[in-house]
Formats: sequence, C-alpha cells, structure tokens
Amino acid sequence: MSAGEKLDNGLPDGWELVVGLEVHVELATTTKLFSASPNRFGDEPNTNIDPVTLGLPGALPVLNEQAVELAMRIGLALNCRVQPCTFHRKNYFYPDLPKAYQISQYDQPLNVDGHLMLPGNVRIDVERAHLEEDTGKSTHFGGASGRIHGSEYSLIDFNRAGVPLVEIVSRPDIRTPDQARQYVNELRAILVAIGASDAKMEEGSMRCDANVSVRRYGDPLGTRCEIKNVNSVRSLGRAIEYEARRQVDILETGGAIRQETRHWDDADGRTHTLRTKEDADDYRYFLEPDLVPLAPDAAWVERVRAALPVLPADRRAALAALTGADVEGEAVSVVVERGQENYVRAVVDAGGEAARALVWVQQSFADEGDSPRLPAGDLAALTVMEREGKLTATQAKTVLGDMLARGGGDPRTIAASRGFEALDTSAIAQFVEDAIAAQPDAWAKYCAGEEKAAGAIVGSIMKASKGKADGKVVTILLQKRRGS
Amino acid sequence: MAEFPTVSSIAADVAAGRTTARDVLDAHLARIDAREGEVHAFNLVMRERAMAVATEVDARVRRGENPGRLAGVPIALKDNMCTRGVETTCSSRILEGWKPPYDATTVQKLAAEGAVFVGKTNLDEFAMGSSTENSAFGPTRNPLDTSRVPGGSSGGSAAAVAAGFAAGSLGSDTGGSIRQPAALCGLVGVKPTYGLVSRYGLVAFASSLDQIGPFTHTVEDAAILTEVIAGHDPLDSTSIPQPAPDLVGALGAGVKGLRIGRVADLPEGADPDVLARLDAALEALARAGATIIDVTLPSLSFALTAYYLIAPAEASSNLARYDGVRYGRRVAAGDINTMYADTREAGFGDEVKRRIMLGTYALSAGYYDAYYGKALKVRRLIADDFARAYAKADVILTPTSPSVAFRFGSKTDDPLAMYLCDIFTIPTNLAGHPAMSVPFGIGQDNMPVGVQVLAPTLGEATMFRVAAELERAV
Repeated sequence: MSAGEKLDNGLPDGWELVVGLEVHVELATTTKLFSASPNRFGDEPNTNIDPVTLGLPGALPVLNEQAVELAMRIGLALNCRVQPCTFHRKNYFYPDLPKAYQISQYDQPLNVDGHLMLPGNVRIDVERAHLEEDTGKSTHFGGASGRIHGSEYSLIDFNRAGVPLVEIVSRPDIRTPDQARQYVNELRAILVAIGASDAKMEEGSMRCDANVSVRRYGDPLGTRCEIKNVNSVRSLGRAIEYEARRQVDILETGGAIRQETRHWDDADGRTHTLRTKEDADDYRYFLEPDLVPLAPDAAWVERVRAALPVLPADRRAALAALTGADVEGEAVSVVVERGQENYVRAVVDAGGEAARALVWVQQSFADEGDSPRLPAGDLAALTVMEREGKLTATQAKTVLGDMLARGGGDPRTIAASRGFEALDTSAIAQFVEDAIAAQPDAWAKYCAGEEKAAGAIVGSIMKASKGKADGKVVTILLQKRRGS
Repeated sequence: MAEFPTVSSIAADVAAGRTTARDVLDAHLARIDAREGEVHAFNLVMRERAMAVATEVDARVRRGENPGRLAGVPIALKDNMCTRGVETTCSSRILEGWKPPYDATTVQKLAAEGAVFVGKTNLDEFAMGSSTENSAFGPTRNPLDTSRVPGGSSGGSAAAVAAGFAAGSLGSDTGGSIRQPAALCGLVGVKPTYGLVSRYGLVAFASSLDQIGPFTHTVEDAAILTEVIAGHDPLDSTSIPQPAPDLVGALGAGVKGLRIGRVADLPEGADPDVLARLDAALEALARAGATIIDVTLPSLSFALTAYYLIAPAEASSNLARYDGVRYGRRVAAGDINTMYADTREAGFGDEVKRRIMLGTYALSAGYYDAYYGKALKVRRLIADDFARAYAKADVILTPTSPSVAFRFGSKTDDPLAMYLCDIFTIPTNLAGHPAMSVPFGIGQDNMPVGVQVLAPTLGEATMFRVAAELERAV
C-alpha cells in the first residue's frame, strides 16, 4: 500500500484518517508483577492482596520472571527487538493506585521496533511493548456519571492492582476503522496463540485506547485526541468513526482540534471530553530506585524465541495452501482461530477432500475446540462420498450432524440408514427431461438467457427426486441441455 | 563507655547461664523507668512483649537449645522499621496508630538470633532531620547533656543506647542519620554498603540512599549486629546477592600497612575541636603502622546540593502513598482531592512538607534536567572521585559531624544550617559506600567527638579493622 492511496475510511472526500492504538493486555501469569499474590480474575474483592500490592510502608517490589518471559514472547511475536531496559515511576494520585505511582517502563522499554501485518499486506509498525503494573478497580456509587467526581462513595478492589500488563503501542499507521478492528483482532489472535494473555476485552484483560486524528491528504499530522473506554472491537470501530467525523466537522467549519482525552460512551455513540492537555497530570517520571535494570541475556531471548509456537498468520498461510482457500477468507481465519487446522490436515491425511473438510469444519465444528471428537477418518470418508457424488450437500450435512451427535461413525452406514442413495447422472437426467416437459414456459425463458427461470425447474426436480438429486449435477445437466 | 553491658557480654552471659535474659531486661527497663521521661528516646516501650521474649530466651537456654548470637540482648528499633502488630509511626501523625502486618527483614533476623526488642525509637519525622526535633511526638534529648540534641534522624536509637535503655539499636541512614547521632552521643554507628542490609520493611525516605545499620557502645558490638542483619534478601531487589561478611574476625588485624586517606580538600565548616580530634586519629593510626596519604575529592562541595535534590525527589514519590485512602490518618472531606489535601496538611510536619515540595519541583516537567537530572550527574562525579581516591587509599578518614551536639532550637529556624550537619556524611550515601562513626575523645563543652571511617563498596572488613584500632587508641 502506498502512503497516498485513498482508502474507504468513511470520511468525506479528501480527508485521511490517522489512528494509533495503545493496547493493554493482562499477562497470564500465576502471580502479580511484583509480589506473590495470585493473578486471578473474578475472585472475592481484596483477597489477592499483600503488603506490596497495597503499597504498605516498607514493602518493596520484586520482578516476576514469568511476566518478563511472557512480555518477551509478545515482543518477539510482534517482531520487536528485545533490549536491556529499566523501570520508572509514573507519579499521580488516584485511590486505586496504592503507591500513588505506577511502576512502568519509560525511555527504555523491553520491546521496541516491531510490526504486525494486516490483510492486504498492510504493515502496522509497533513502536514498543513494555511491562507495567495494573491499578486496582474502582466502583463509584451515587452521582450520575459513574465517575469519582460527584459520587457519594467509592469501593476499591485491589485484586487487580499489581497484575502484570504489557502495553503495546502502535505507530499512527492505521488508516481506516476496519484496519483498527483487524489490528486488534490479529493482536488478540497472536496473544492467545502464544499463551501470553486470554485477551478478553469484555473482562478487561485486553483494553484499547485509540489516538485519532484527521488531515487532508498530503498534510502533516493533525492534532490527535485519545479515546478511552472502548470495551469491544465493535465499539473501537464505532468510536473511531464517530471521533474522526467529529474532527472533520470541526475542521470543515473553520474550527481547530484541541488535544485532549475523550471518553467513549457506547450507549449514546459519542465521545466526550475527559480532560484537556492543560489539566493533564505531570507524571514526574524517574528511575524506580527499588528495582535494578533488566537485561535479558541473548541466550534467554533465543530460548523464548525458539519456544514460540507457529503464529496465526503462518498457520493461515499453511491452511490456505493445503485447502486452496483464500488466505484472507473467513473459513481460514475462523478455523485457525479455533486451532482446528491440524484437524483439517488429519482429514486430508486420511484421504479426505481438503476444500470440503475446511468448509465442514468451519460450519459445523464451532463448539469442538482444537481437538474435535469426530475421528478425522470419518470426516474424510464423508468428503469422499461427496466427491463421488454419492451424497448431496444437504444430505452430507445431515449425515455429519448424525456423526457429530454420536461422536463418530461410518458415513456410508449412516447415509444408508437414512435412505440417502446416490442418484447416478442418468437417473438425474431423466428427472431433468421430465421437468422440462412439465414446465415449457420456464424452460423457454431459461433458454432465452433468463438464469432465474432455472429455479422453478430445479425445484421441481428436487421435489420429484425427494432431494436425492445433486444440485450441482442438475445445474450442469441443464446448462448442457441448453447448449451453454 | 564501660558503664553499660555490651551486646557481646550480654549474649555470652545469657547463653552460658551466668545471667538471665529477664534480669538483663529488668536492668534496662529500670534505667528506662528512671530516665525515659527526661530523654524521650522511645515512641513506644514494648515492655510486655520484651518480657515474653526474654522469658522464652531463658527457657531455650534451660532446655539446652542454641539461644542465638544475640541471646537476651535488649535492642531498640527506630520507629521506621515495620514490626508485625506493633505500631510503626515514623514519628508522623499521618501513620499514628498504624500496625504493620509484617516484620522488616532486619527485625526478623535480630529476633531469630534471640534479640529482645525493648521499644520503637523516636526520629525526625520520616527520618528527615539531623536533631530529632522534627518528630511529631516531641524531641529526644541527648542523655549526655539533656540541653542538647542527640542528633538525627535516628536520635531516639542513639539516645536509647547512650542512656543504657538498650545494649544496641538499629537506625537508618539516608544522609548521615546513623553516623551523626552516633558521633553526638559518643557511640559507634555504622552505615553499611548500599544493598548489604535488606531494606524490606524499612519505611522509605529516599530509596536509593536508605540503609539500615546499628548503634552500639563498641566496635565489636557493631560488627556483631552488622553481621546479623546483613546478607541477601530476595524481598529487596537492590540487596547484594552474597552472604553477610565476616567482620568480627577482622577486628584484631591492626592497621599495619593500610593506607589511610586524608582529604586534602575537605569542605570547610568543621569546628576546630572536631578537626583536632581527626588529626589525633590520623596520628594514632600512623603510630599503629598505617600510612597516611592525601587524597582529593573535588566534587564533595556539590554533594549537599545534589543530595537535597535527589533525596527529596525520591521522598516526594515515596510519601505520596500517605493519602488517607487505605491506612493511617484520614481527614474526611466532601471530595477526593480535598480529602487528600486535608489529610496531608494535617498529617505531615513542616520539614516533610518542605521536602515533598522541593522534590516535586525537582522532578517536574521543565525542571527535571536542571535539578534532578543535574544532581544525578553530580552523584556520578562523586562516585568517580571516590574511585580515584580509593585507588590510592584503603579507607578515608573525615569528621562525622562538623560540631559536637548542639543545643535545642539553635538550628530549627534555619533549615540550611541544619542540612550542613550532614556535609561529611552525605557523600558516602550518594556513592553507596559504607562508612562508620567511632567515638574519638572529647571536644568542646566536654561532649564526644566522632571520627568517620569511609570505605569503598563492600569494604566493611577493612573499615572495621581501622575502627577497632581507633577504639584501642582513644
């Protein structure tokens, strides 16, 4: 993609959308980033706590090696360079931040200069992926806004405080709401595949802030607004669309964009000012004196790299190559997301039809997980029956349903017991002749090039054959008879 | 100072059954009863707990079990070290009543060796001060002359040992808070190498400078306590990953062949009586076979300035957690920002507020490079200066404090004059090196003078050798 190429970004002609994403993911560690308390979602509030988590006087942080390793895994999966790094304190007051500073990484993050590929060979650069600790979770009661100001009281759950996060910061390379969604989906697929995070936006283990600006093509970058409180991939697209449109409207009427943080309200579908640049905190970053620099040695980095599983993009490419399907198509991405491509491969190895196996797995294995119960040989036999014309697609689906319900079975036996017999081509040809004779008007229209007219003829053939005629064969015979 | 029993003699006598931990404790409690009202060394005397622990130590001795290296030794703890279930205040209203749910690592280590904690000692609020006059609970008096300060910030820990309330005590030293009060109270005080002693459970003032160390009457006692509290702690990431050093074994080695550094460009400000005692100490070491060598430390004149940017900067962050949300004092208010402001206004004293403001400013956007950033550069220059000096000398001798113990109120209206008390002690904290103060005679007004022995990183054994020689020579 060239920089000047105009994409469908939903904006009026001449406007370019520029988006960078900051994605926070909670790491799937056993314990917290700096203490031995469990890192577990959904427990009774304030049970996974300790002096370090609560920031009690005298408590000191000790870095969790497993968190470092998972963060390195993320960096390497995103093609980052893993480098010696340090931790800083980010100072600000908020009730759910127990020490009144967050331990984060500032000018020397663990992972830098990576990238992620989107469909259409679109490359989104990843500036950095750094380690930091999560805050506690506040819930504000009373008052209208659900925010701390104006509320009557607030409750804080410190179970989440100190949970390890990796913040993945993209460069402003995203140009359409679709790309933003694709980026987050792809990132999530990678995080799950490498076991770094369960990456559930609905549970908050993956959170996404969007830096949105617009400009006329060819102009320098516009002033950006940061959009917070985006809680689903769908909302991300909506929030970016709304925000970009808001900015274009202001600029087209001669106004200027104010740099600010805005809150996405999913219910009313708008963004609202949260704070302006002027009242933003001065975080007074400085090197965290309670921790020492972290310098993963080359051997460790290489061990982590070597242990990385095959990433979703490579898995999709392999599955597409195996089945002849579109690498960016839904079937390939769905089956890879479910981790079922090895099963498809097993079906093929058992003599099955790759393309049909992919379709059946996509359509009928949504609840099966990455190791379906149905023996691969049974599905292979089903696809062979289809290829040989012994089952129509509709019949095959019914047979597969029976096989899944029973956890396996010979499709030939099931088809026979259901009375699904193969109609050979000569039998179908007779049905075709009968149908043409019965509906001369429809036949005349079809011969005159009106493709829709075939519907009535095919319908009567299916009825007469009690569904045993293969639709594809019928269509081929009709086309032959017409001479097309 | 033979008037009170030492750590080593108490531990030996208790272990051998020549006396009991209860008798030792009673003698110390009797002195507390007699003089604590006047001295005010303690924020809390742990009478009941101490009796229970002493009784347990005696039972262990009777059962023939090893009662530990500190069997029955009464120890006082600076009230910025966490003690499980026992109020830990940092002499601040903001922590008044707070009981930690855990023990500091140093506290655990002392307890494991049979020490008996007699109380939590007074300090300048959050260890910020040089006279213990900044305590929210009133000043501590110097037991040698109660019209004078004991020094600070560990003034209570120094006074407790000087008054015979405890055989030894722990203080914390961020810019001289062990060594200066040790000098002013006629005691041995040690600031170990940064990372030699765990900071886990020490309420932080300035994390990159804070270090725990002992007060004792003798160099041997200081060596014993340092050995007990030193060693790697997995709960402190800045803890040096190696076992505690052998210090007691180094005490008798003498100083023959050692090179003692005399700072040719020592910053001005020390009183003549103090400088006279330093010269006498150098002469004593020369007589004992050491070589006196001149070294220069040109960056030393910037140390105080750098320290008063770095320490407050870290403090502004370390003390931000006292916000009234989770523990300690809370002043209720209608909204969160007012609650923060009112709580901190009521909870912190003037010196703490002064340093929080100074530190916040030094770290602020637009000022970081000019203040905090520049101070970090000075810190590196000081370390470089020391490295050059230690290429020529094994240890360096300086005064500990510019003067003997001063009278109450003489510096309270002038923060800069108070800050100058630490001019000779601060550089070692910035460099992360060990240093200790050893009593070396009497100065003005019949008050004790301390001489400071400085050593490079993990140079404790040599430092203690020199200190032991000074103790023999005085």
